[in-house]
Amino acid sequence: MSLTDLSGNLLYVAFFAYLIGAIVFGGAVKGNKERTSEGSFKSESRWGNIAFAITILGFLANLGYFFTRWGATGHAPLSNMFEFTTAFGMTLVAGFIVIYAIYKTPIVGMVVLPVALLIIAFASMFPSEVSPLIPALQSNWLAIHVSTVVLAEGVLAISAAAGLIYLLKVVDLNKKSKQRFWLEAIMYSLILVIGFVVASSYFSLTGYESEFAYVDKEGKNAEITYHMPAIFGMHQYEQLNEDKMTPLMETPAVVNAGKLTTVMWSLIVGTIIYWLIRLIARRRIAAIFKPFVKNVNLQLMDEIGYRAVIIGFPLFSLGALIFAMIWAQIAWSRFWGWDPKEVWALVTWLFYAAYLHLRLGKGWHGEKSAWLGVVGFAIIMFNLVAVNLIIAGLHSYA
Amino acid sequence: MEKKQCQCGHLNPPGTVLCEVCGRSLTEKEQKSKLVDMRYEGTARRSQTYNKSIIDKVWNFFSSVKVGVSLIVLLLVAAAIGTILPQKAYIPATTAEEIKAYYADVYGSVGRVYHFLGFHDMYSSFWFILLVGLLAISLIVASLDRFVPLYRSLKNQRVLRHISFMNKQRIFADGPGAEDTMQKAEEKLKELKYKVTTDKNGLLAEKGRFSRWGPYVNHIGLIIFLFGVMLRMMPGFYVDESLWLREGETRAIPEAPGYSLENKGFQMETYTGEDDEAVFNEAIDRVGSVAKNYQTDIVLYQKPEDSLPGAADLEKVKESSIRVNEPLKFDGYAIYQMDFRLDELKAMRFELTNKESEESLGELTIDLINPEKTYDLGNGAAVKLLGYYPDFSGFENGEPQTATPLPNNPGFLVEMTTPETPDGETSFITIKNTVEPFGENQYKLAFQAAETRDVSGLTIRKDRTLPILGLGGLIFMIGVAQGMYFNHRRFWIQQKADGEIILAGHTNKNWFGLKKDLDQVTEYASLPAYVDQQEEIEKAEKLESEEQS
Ligand code: HEM
Repeated sequence: MSLTDLSGNLLYVAFFAYLIGAIVFGGAVKGNKERTSEGSFKSESRWGNIAFAITILGFLANLGYFFTRWGATGHAPLSNMFEFTTAFGMTLVAGFIVIYAIYKTPIVGMVVLPVALLIIAFASMFPSEVSPLIPALQSNWLAIHVSTVVLAEGVLAISAAAGLIYLLKVVDLNKKSKQRFWLEAIMYSLILVIGFVVASSYFSLTGYESEFAYVDKEGKNAEITYHMPAIFGMHQYEQLNEDKMTPLMETPAVVNAGKLTTVMWSLIVGTIIYWLIRLIARRRIAAIFKPFVKNVNLQLMDEIGYRAVIIGFPLFSLGALIFAMIWAQIAWSRFWGWDPKEVWALVTWLFYAAYLHLRLGKGWHGEKSAWLGVVGFAIIMFNLVAVNLIIAGLHSYA
Repeated sequence: MEKKQCQCGHLNPPGTVLCEVCGRSLTEKEQKSKLVDMRYEGTARRSQTYNKSIIDKVWNFFSSVKVGVSLIVLLLVAAAIGTILPQKAYIPATTAEEIKAYYADVYGSVGRVYHFLGFHDMYSSFWFILLVGLLAISLIVASLDRFVPLYRSLKNQRVLRHISFMNKQRIFADGPGAEDTMQKAEEKLKELKYKVTTDKNGLLAEKGRFSRWGPYVNHIGLIIFLFGVMLRMMPGFYVDESLWLREGETRAIPEAPGYSLENKGFQMETYTGEDDEAVFNEAIDRVGSVAKNYQTDIVLYQKPEDSLPGAADLEKVKESSIRVNEPLKFDGYAIYQMDFRLDELKAMRFELTNKESEESLGELTIDLINPEKTYDLGNGAAVKLLGYYPDFSGFENGEPQTATPLPNNPGFLVEMTTPETPDGETSFITIKNTVEPFGENQYKLAFQAAETRDVSGLTIRKDRTLPILGLGGLIFMIGVAQGMYFNHRRFWIQQKADGEIILAGHTNKNWFGLKKDLDQVTEYASLPAYVDQQEEIEKAEKLESEEQS
């Protein structure tokens, strides 16, 4: 087995360990009936610790994946969409491990691990072969800068998990409200990721390919291969294989219809899955989780959310701004160039700065903080996914 | 406003909320509330005390956290809007007209509106810079407003506080104690690395006070950083030039007086996928080719200090290579490998031949950067260069034109003289064809070969603000780490004459950690059980609201 294969297998091991860990954490939370003398729950602490051990094993395998891949390629595996996103899944678990060590809260594991699984699955949809580094990335700063950023983001994301748990407990699902709507929207968007994974896997297993010629926004002729049946066609497209689906609609030149098609398929498949679950369970997705959060200590969740930001914010400042500026000065001759990725790092940083200042007053503790935690995660994901894939700039390597 | 006298006799500065000495509440509002507001220790903050003159009003405006957060959010939103479409620096257009047209052509009406609103140049727009300026003012004012009184009050802390201060702390306990309780509590607290001071029947245990300065330290860092950014806008602090340097050329480095640079050769390598690189084969197959290295080998020269003006003597300073991520550094300057052009034409070789007999009269090589005026072939034949058009783009009023000074498509207007044609024959030669403007010629210049070379695109930078920015960044990081990875914890404990223990605890962050500490002390010294009054209040409120609904 080559180092690259070993690395891939370790990632599978980590994936399954997280899967089992998530289920056991769920069981730990669900099974708690008797309280121990200290007021915590018996089954929760026993099964929680087992689940935590499984998570640690998974994390070790995950680290194994990371370092064997580093060994195989000769550079830190943080250089493309697959590697970066996988690392984010890993640091999310790292953030959870830190928080669990302090607070011993299985419910956080029950939420974080499935999200980490989703992120790793999402990452695997991108080309995952080991690739060489372009000159701009050949620097020790790649490892220093990106690993700090991804670690900070993993920790910050924990505040969203704590926020989500908080919201699942406090939002009244029996009454129509903005909160109920947005909470369900969070659940729906998580399921859309499953939609993307299912759609991509299906079409890639069936080997779907369809080629088009089109005119790009500079007016030049270009070609594109779709890996999903074309819903949208590129600007002035011409279909090159007759037997494949013809696009339903043509887009203007500035829109990449290929990517839009992928988004559309994820939406379609995700929505179908969402409604299937809803029909089978006969209630909202958020409501399915209600029983799990019955015994949640709200104040503890608020504290965990805040703590995660407090740990993550300095790390993020260091990695995403300071190290980033140092490297940009070395590689691109200027420490700041208002490239979209840079701007969104700044936006993320300003957002968490606002969060910290808002929390100086009492009025923003509790539910409002919980919402902010979730919004922060959305901004991080936006920077990771949308800015890389949609808004082109110096940073889009994927 | 007047000074406030507390019941304990202490005269407090106007605006004080909690007596500096005993901690009694001095305002009616504070007296009524169940918990004291400890954020700034109940000290008198200027912004909470005066609100008369215009200066007070401006001060109060900028010291408000609401205003600070609003500024942060406005900047955040503006920054995000600037990424919807590419900024003008990233589009292939230079003049104002072209830029405007580009947004309209490529992005339609959205682009037109975006350009109209000035969003295409967001980050150097007046109001974006204004927002940053307001943020800086707010940072300074808000920090001063709080730091000064907070510093005074934490410096002059008393051990013994009034009961009304103690029982309004979030963590509070009272109950019977043993004879050695105080002593044991002190022991344990010291073991937990608290600094303990005692006074009569009480003690004050404190840890991590320095973390309270974290926000002010980080704000100072930010202000220094913003100051550095402001300096960059002044001329002279900052050089940003570019230099296209051909292989074999030596040129003066712009904005670096006395320095010259020679390009000994440019290399571009791609990954081969062989040997060590075999693991990358799959990726290379998928994307085609992947660049591995861009490199210019250079020699840096400097004019000696005693050199006469105009003299061409140069001293070699160093010989090295510039690669992406490895700029050349000297004397505060840095030169970067930023761009390149491969295979620019360097010289062209022609042969002067008789069209009919194909007999050659000799060869000449025209250097495309510094062509000579005449080329004497030695046997009575010569070629005179009447005109040279490096980037020939067509004729205008019968005159040949050049689009750029770069030898992309050279055109030559030549006069050829030979013993046979002493009056000379004129010909206009380009790569693609030859025009003979004055009728059929006997001789022609036949193209033989071209020499090419690569051109390196280098960027020259000097930035004297970098140390300031670095210092700002460092101080900022120290400040955030100080404020967030540490916290300030305090316990006040008193034992009354009847043996009863009163305890209060406070931390600016991390109540979880504070309680863990207290649990240990409580167990060791058998302190009375404490309550988290905040939790109690919240529980009570929740019950109330449940009963109502
Ligand atoms: C991007 C700009 C800013 C950043 C990154 C920043 C950063 C911070 C950080 C990290 C803290 C510590 C928070 C905590 O420990 O919970 C803090 C505290 C604070 N900041 Fe800022 N800040 C910024 C702008 C401002 C502005 C404009 C104001 C003006 C009102 C302000 C006022 C304060 C105040 C009053 C505190 C609390 C101080 C204390 O608790 O003693 N900040 N800031």
